[in-house]
Amino acid sequence: MNRREFLEVLAAGAAAGLALDAPEAHAQGDADALYRFPKFGNVALLHFTDCHAQLLPVYFREPSVNIGVGAAAGRPPHLVGEHLLKAFGIKPGTREAHAFTFLAFERAARTYGKVGGFAHLATLVKRLRADRPGALLLDGGDTWQGSGLALWTKGADMIAACRLLGVDVMTGHWEFTYGEKRVKAAVESELGQIEFVAQNVKTADFGDPVFKPAATRTVNGVPVAIIGQAFPYTPIANPRHFIPDWTMGIQEEALQKHVEAARAGGAQVVVLLSHNGMDVDLKLASRVRGIDAILGGHTHDGVPQPTIVKNAGGQTLVTNAGSNTKFLGVLDLDVQGGKVADFRYRLLPVFANLLPADPEMDALVKRLRAPHEAKLGEKLATTEGLLYRRGNFNGTFDQLILDAMLEVKGAEIAFSPGFRWGTTILPGGAITLEHVLDQTAITYPQCTLSDLTGERIKEVLEDVCDNLFNPDPYLQQGGDMVRVGGLTFACAPAAKIGSRISDLRLRGKPLDPGRTYKVAGWAPVAEGAQGEPIWEVVVRYLKDRKTIAPRKLNLPRLEGVAGNPGLA
Amino acid sequence: MDRSRRIVLKGAGATGALAAALAAGLLRPGVAAAAWNKAAFDAKTTADAMKALGYAGAVESKDIQIRAPEIAENGAVVPIDITSNIPGTTSISVFIEKNPFPYTGTFDVSQGALPFVHLRAKIGESSPVRVVVTAGGKHFTAAKEVKVTIGGCGG
Repeated sequence: MNRREFLEVLAAGAAAGLALDAPEAHAQGDADALYRFPKFGNVALLHFTDCHAQLLPVYFREPSVNIGVGAAAGRPPHLVGEHLLKAFGIKPGTREAHAFTFLAFERAARTYGKVGGFAHLATLVKRLRADRPGALLLDGGDTWQGSGLALWTKGADMIAACRLLGVDVMTGHWEFTYGEKRVKAAVESELGQIEFVAQNVKTADFGDPVFKPAATRTVNGVPVAIIGQAFPYTPIANPRHFIPDWTMGIQEEALQKHVEAARAGGAQVVVLLSHNGMDVDLKLASRVRGIDAILGGHTHDGVPQPTIVKNAGGQTLVTNAGSNTKFLGVLDLDVQGGKVADFRYRLLPVFANLLPADPEMDALVKRLRAPHEAKLGEKLATTEGLLYRRGNFNGTFDQLILDAMLEVKGAEIAFSPGFRWGTTILPGGAITLEHVLDQTAITYPQCTLSDLTGERIKEVLEDVCDNLFNPDPYLQQGGDMVRVGGLTFACAPAAKIGSRISDLRLRGKPLDPGRTYKVAGWAPVAEGAQGEPIWEVVVRYLKDRKTIAPRKLNLPRLEGVAGNPGLA
Repeated sequence: MDRSRRIVLKGAGATGALAAALAAGLLRPGVAAAAWNKAAFDAKTTADAMKALGYAGAVESKDIQIRAPEIAENGAVVPIDITSNIPGTTSISVFIEKNPFPYTGTFDVSQGALPFVHLRAKIGESSPVRVVVTAGGKHFTAAKEVKVTIGGCGG
């Protein structure tokens, strides 16, 4: 029996419910199997996205609910659990199965350990670059937001870490929530070698470009153009008042012109570094000609292999590289005769136990954290259950936030936004201030209490649900459904706006469209909203309890999606 | 970026762009003084407004290009660009179908001017933006959907 066969037997045993063997004994073998693979071609692009300011290794549970409707039903990225493993030929019970799915999450997380962390990512980047001279490192954005440290330093910690990591080009989304001035200052004088590109951010008055649309680099003698695509709906999904003079949108026509300009300028490889979200990228790839690959983010989908989309100009690869520094995408291109002849792609899970920390990055992260370490590490409570966020409708950490809002604000109903960032805590783990901020650290954290009529509440749910399940990806915003506390309802994702949400009930009684209810929420997009930061509400709730019992998820009763492979 | 251009036009006020277009002779001044079609402006449906304007039976055309955001960033001022590629275009009319009073207005295009207009319209809820172009006494139409959403909750 060779090593591979042995690992397969081990995997089969694990799938059959047997205990996983002591993993440290196989760590070297696992590391080799994952990270030692032959180089291919002559142009290598390394890609991470949506790291959400996670400098240290974390646990991150992938979703068990990620429903696709219309043309998106049953195709990547809308596959979860065993459906995903089957589609990509990943063996159940393996390290990779753990990386890409929620299956047996707690047990596998204890076996394989934490993922990501900039020091471990740095080691992987250095190894790959040693094999692939000239490889470019691309950051898809949502880099400066997602932790207490990043919020307190307005992203300066992440800028320092990304400079040291050797990021070449980035684009953005949550970066913009620090406001126009902060972003401009960073781009003009703090990013060092990093070029910030976004073809679809324009001034609201004359449509002048705010950032460079694209960066060009020569890799092994091959001219490569990287066009940036910021999250097109930032002024809608996040507060517009932070960026009042900027307008975004998908801007297909402008993109087509940039692609043609890049080709005319000699680019043999044209890549879109995109924060559109995977569904939007798939549609865009079918309509815009001449892009070799869209390296995508925003929707946090860890998709093992690219989707190949045919279009009038040939074909475009579409990838999505997960979140929280859990993955590094490696796209090896073989460029011959002025065009891409072939490719290899891997989405490498970054297992902290398999990749020693890079000493230089480790030292930087420690130095950045040192002034705040004691505050971040304050232990607020212990959780008895698994706390996570990802999923279309709710996560246990969101439920905890909802429960805290209902109690602390004295609300009948609570809403928590369907963000996709936020790390995971294993049962028995301490909940620190850092964990709470991992779920809540934004520049508009106000927790509000409002009077809403039953009719308005239904409208809000319908509106958000359409942003998730509209069959036209260009009309989606890439977040998950608003999490709802106190109120039960039914949801039919494949229905039309106005008829997806039904049977709204509060404590078993139908919601009265004409009555007014006390509704708590946070992250208001309107300017001037007042309220204490959401993390203070959650901290108070945690400190009052000390021990957090497993949360009971308030989930809508789903209609019309039985058998959907986006549903575990 | 041309800062002076921005300051000058901001000083000209909200109607600056339209005023500039008029001054350049691109639009006939008659646009302001034309007979007020009360029935069209008071109509509560696009069909009624089009009837009042004599546009009933307008033919769907692919030669009208409407540029508007897929999702409005601010429903109160949605930027809309309209280009007519129909030879002999003499007017461009705009209707926001779901607004309480859909008829937004008509731009008369003087001979030789490019049939291109830019306007900012209020769109109360997700709605098709319908355009009717008159050319050679005939009427042509096209529409583009603009979504208006409460916002928040993105990624």
